[in-house]
Amino acid sequence: MTTTAHSAPSHPPEGDGHGHPVPATDHADAHGHEHPKFLAHHFDTPQQQFDSGKLGVWLFLTTEILLFSGLFCAYAVYRARHPEVFSFAHHYLNKWLGALNTIVLIFSSFTMAWAVRASQLGEKPFLIALPKGKGQYQQLFRCSHRQLCMFLLSITIVCGGVFMCVKYLEYKNKWQENLLPGELFRPTELPGETARPRDEAKPLAKEGAPPEGLTAGVAATRAASQPAAAATPVALAPEASIPAVGPATRQAPEGFLVEQSQIPRAAIGPAGVSSDWEKAHASRFEEQSVVVTKEQVGPEPYNTHIFFGIYFLMTGLHGIHVLAGMALIGWVLVRTRRGDFGPDYFSPVDFVGLYWHIVDLVWIFLFPLLYLIGNSG
Amino acid sequence: MTTITPDLARAGGPLEYAHDNYLTHSHGVRSWLLTLDHKRIGIMYLVAVLSAFFVGGLFAEIVRTQLLIPTGALFTSASADASPYKVYNQMFTLHGAIMIFLVLIPGIPAALGNFVLPIMLGAKDVAFPRLNLFSFYLYLSGAAIAVISIALGAVDTGWTFYTPYSIESQTAVSWMVFGVFILGFSSILTGMNFIVTIHKLRPPGMTWFRMPLFLWAIYATAIIQVLATPVIGITALLLMMERILHVGIFNPKFGGDPVLFQHFFWFYSHPAVYIMILPAMGVMSEVISTFSRKHIFGYKFIALSSIAIAVIGFLVWGHHMFPNGQSTMLATIFSFLTMTVAIPSAIKVWNWLATMYKGSIDLATPMCYALAFIFLFAIGGLTGVFLGTLSVDVHLHDTYFVVAHFHYVMFGGTLIGFLSGLFYWWPKITGKLYNETLGRLSCVLIFVGFNTTFLPQFVMGSQGMPRRYATYWPEFQPYHVMSTIGAYIQFIGFAVAAVALLHSLFKGKTSPANPWGSATLEWSCTSPPPHDNFKTTPTVGDPYDHSNLVWDDKVQGYVRNNRLAESYTTKTAIPRQPKGH
Repeated sequence: MTTTAHSAPSHPPEGDGHGHPVPATDHADAHGHEHPKFLAHHFDTPQQQFDSGKLGVWLFLTTEILLFSGLFCAYAVYRARHPEVFSFAHHYLNKWLGALNTIVLIFSSFTMAWAVRASQLGEKPFLIALPKGKGQYQQLFRCSHRQLCMFLLSITIVCGGVFMCVKYLEYKNKWQENLLPGELFRPTELPGETARPRDEAKPLAKEGAPPEGLTAGVAATRAASQPAAAATPVALAPEASIPAVGPATRQAPEGFLVEQSQIPRAAIGPAGVSSDWEKAHASRFEEQSVVVTKEQVGPEPYNTHIFFGIYFLMTGLHGIHVLAGMALIGWVLVRTRRGDFGPDYFSPVDFVGLYWHIVDLVWIFLFPLLYLIGNSG
Repeated sequence: MTTITPDLARAGGPLEYAHDNYLTHSHGVRSWLLTLDHKRIGIMYLVAVLSAFFVGGLFAEIVRTQLLIPTGALFTSASADASPYKVYNQMFTLHGAIMIFLVLIPGIPAALGNFVLPIMLGAKDVAFPRLNLFSFYLYLSGAAIAVISIALGAVDTGWTFYTPYSIESQTAVSWMVFGVFILGFSSILTGMNFIVTIHKLRPPGMTWFRMPLFLWAIYATAIIQVLATPVIGITALLLMMERILHVGIFNPKFGGDPVLFQHFFWFYSHPAVYIMILPAMGVMSEVISTFSRKHIFGYKFIALSSIAIAVIGFLVWGHHMFPNGQSTMLATIFSFLTMTVAIPSAIKVWNWLATMYKGSIDLATPMCYALAFIFLFAIGGLTGVFLGTLSVDVHLHDTYFVVAHFHYVMFGGTLIGFLSGLFYWWPKITGKLYNETLGRLSCVLIFVGFNTTFLPQFVMGSQGMPRRYATYWPEFQPYHVMSTIGAYIQFIGFAVAAVALLHSLFKGKTSPANPWGSATLEWSCTSPPPHDNFKTTPTVGDPYDHSNLVWDDKVQGYVRNNRLAESYTTKTAIPRQPKGH
């Protein structure tokens, strides 16, 4: 606490205690000593203010991690209980888009970290130069670090935007394919077909294996865990005897839970796909490197929709955080442009940067947990 | 030390009433609504919390009235409603939800804590004043959303929102739960603010072990607020998503696990009861030392037991689910950990008793409430040990025994502690002295009413009366009638307390800076405190050293007399001056 400076009267004389309307700006009072503009009145030194802010941000980040931890916990519980669901359903996710987003976010973390550094350097010049030999340099580019900081912050926002666009494409795809949580989960396509545009699917109806038959086949596999006689055409030779196909209904008996060991694994494709259809469209599986071959995808386990519930909750909450981060970066960008920051005061950039890194970090966990699940579950 | 000079006393009139204080510093509604002053924010919290308490109390009285007769006095099967007891379910749910989320959690930390924490610490404000105001408006928004939920269809799930019923219920569960989410954020921001304030804004000399124990308690509370509340946040979101999208995490119909909800819920809500009780324990340490005129006994033990409670409190949530499908091993571990919470709690209680031992006890209103606290908290805590015992809990689970235990701790503990603190700091907050007789009377009425209400519930519960039932077997009626009569007595008690406090606002004598003879820093600035808390940086001493505080007839309060400091050791009580007030 500043001891001497405060002995000066901090307010206009108001000893009579009434009648003197004092401006309502509570904390804008002058203390009669040199407080830098950015230093709030209740702090003594910029260092104290910075340290307080930093501790506050770290505490806030802790709460963010704990907020996500609930979802990670739900993920862990359901993945442990129903590994087959995760093993099956992750094939619906496009891991290349996920990887792209990961790279975009990691790059944005780099630009953010650099922006913090640039913000600290303020008006000091930023140079790009080529050595000409003999200690001589040719200057290629020159600007202030503040300008560099604005550029880097802009790049970071753009990266966030790219991330959200890719996320939008993924969501749109899921929406079109009805790969949605709960009752809305009504996929009509096979896994491995998720990348196929909708309109391409139509001609199939005219061919020998109409979507109806396909749908019935998929539906049949959904109840695969119920041992029952094969009701629909089963896949290829050796696996035909697998007792994997049940009645063509999604509804299992009340309280019927599937343990991993009970899931029969269809070595070739989802049971129920007619071999004609498969031959006719075999090329489709080979063409697209993104997609998995049917061999890797077993029959659809019960409650697959839980995966998509968790997927949308985790990526959705993360997406909201990305949007918030972009808004915050926009705010420090405006303040940087205004010249608020420099060697003495750069806390907002630093703190927003920390927030941005935690948002990236969450994604770095989300990507492998959701997209890169092995077939063993 | 900030010495009270005769000059200062004269300047403010006969008493050291400060005419330029935080209340008169600026005027107008805007100066309040946009204030960044922690004291004004504390006052706004206080008003909001007390209003919520009034509403929650009304719901409680309705619940108790319904239970006067076995078939229900208000909502009976004869009423036209297709589901006659739904209204009863809504009443006890609203009572619980309002009391927990709007009263007990923010009560002491956000209202009293906001007001006194920076002053006790010797700081000018909390670390983030804007965040503090934002937190208050989040609280208001959460409360508003809760009110909207009542309008849209009051929740009938119980304040615990257990799935699957909370998913099936046709009432506005999503709204209420969203309100809880917002209120949780408010709580987190307050906690963050307090942690940073205590870490970074301590003036020179204010070492960790010179902090008043109230600050230790608030600090431990803030840790729980920051680490536990996000989990109720995500649980609330998941429950909303479960209702809206059927994500299948909590809903067994979609492959979800309702017990998982209970784990999520109690992972927050059990630590949350320590959010509620710890600050009350902090108030106790202040009040008991002050009104015993004696240094607090076992300072470090009390301080660290707060931290211990906060830490262990995170590891006991499973005791809410002993009969709900937990593995025996897990239940055993949770049972053991639950027992260990008794240790730091008992350390506190024994230290308070030891503080009073050979003290010069002044039965002022705050002290009366403090004594009530010790009595009620001891009963509440010990019955908690019954419930933490695996085999006993199977019998007592979901009976009135739990209801009684919970109310003994949360009402007998937190709320009584809140009242104690309110009466203790009231002269500091308002600059007015209240009528002691009315204050004591309110304490007696509430104490008697409380025990009349909840002691019979232990008996009922152990005989098998389940909680949350709208009707019951006739043999339980005598207990229920007693309980309801007690609830009415409490209502009168609270009315008397309200009269005592409101009366003081208009007719009360102005308060000196230090009416009680406390040694903590907030009593060294004027009553009410000035806008800046301290014109000069206060010198920090032992917060419980009363030896140099003497009664001064001129100021009608206690003043520092440093010459006396050496005449007494801190081990014995300081003789109280003849009372003039």
